[in-house]
Amino acid sequence: MADAVLFEFLHTEMVAELWAHDPDPGPGGQNMNLSVLESMGFRVGQALGERLAREMLAFREELDVLKFLCKDLWLAAFQKQMDSLRTNHQGTYVLQDNSFPLLLPMAAGLQYLEEVPKFLAFTCGLLRGALCTLGIESMVTASVAALPGCKFQVVIENS
Amino acid sequence: EISAWGSLVARRERNLRQLYPTGTSKVYGYVTNSKVKFVMVVDSSNTALRDNEIRSMFRKLHNSYTDVMCNPFYTPGDRIQSRAFDNMVTSMMIQVC
Repeated sequence: MADAVLFEFLHTEMVAELWAHDPDPGPGGQNMNLSVLESMGFRVGQALGERLAREMLAFREELDVLKFLCKDLWLAAFQKQMDSLRTNHQGTYVLQDNSFPLLLPMAAGLQYLEEVPKFLAFTCGLLRGALCTLGIESMVTASVAALPGCKFQVVIENS
Repeated sequence: EISAWGSLVARRERNLRQLYPTGTSKVYGYVTNSKVKFVMVVDSSNTALRDNEIRSMFRKLHNSYTDVMCNPFYTPGDRIQSRAFDNMVTSMMIQVC
């Protein structure tokens, strides 16, 4: 039986190790270089997308793929389904998780809001990688209003 | 040909059979959710091959392909150089011919 907490611990160490301060901050202040974490998530998403989609019936349209991410991919990776999926039917989707497992270990509310982006980079890559392997090029960003809830925004390219 | 692939994707099953005008070979196609297409060309003289055997061969190919995708030394998009994959294909062909 896969223990979810093993991945959570591994993810925490990955973030601590791979998040990089921008060496040359510039006028805007310090940036966080999250591309390494995002690329790792991307490659994992590609493999996971390939493996999980194998057992499914053929996806007829884009919305089927997004539903697959919200149900099957999320269930496999985080042992729960996405809480809501909204779209403007023009290539933008908002996936909302009210209790995102990778944010649960931090206190609920606003105390650690600033630190949050680096804990979401891997997962954004995961979504982007799974979409890529299913034939959809996209940009995935995440935002948090208050922990542990978080929203992933998926924008499909050339739609 | 291209329209045949289109109708294959539109249907929920993944098998397609098509006889070419020359009649020397049968072509089978299989497409995955990740838009990967497998094509099998079988000589017309091979009448022993049944539909469910074709389907199980495609399933084996799909499973091996998935393993290749999960191989940390494989970059998606590259040509497949996995020996395990090659051996699986070779043994399938030997079984059939």
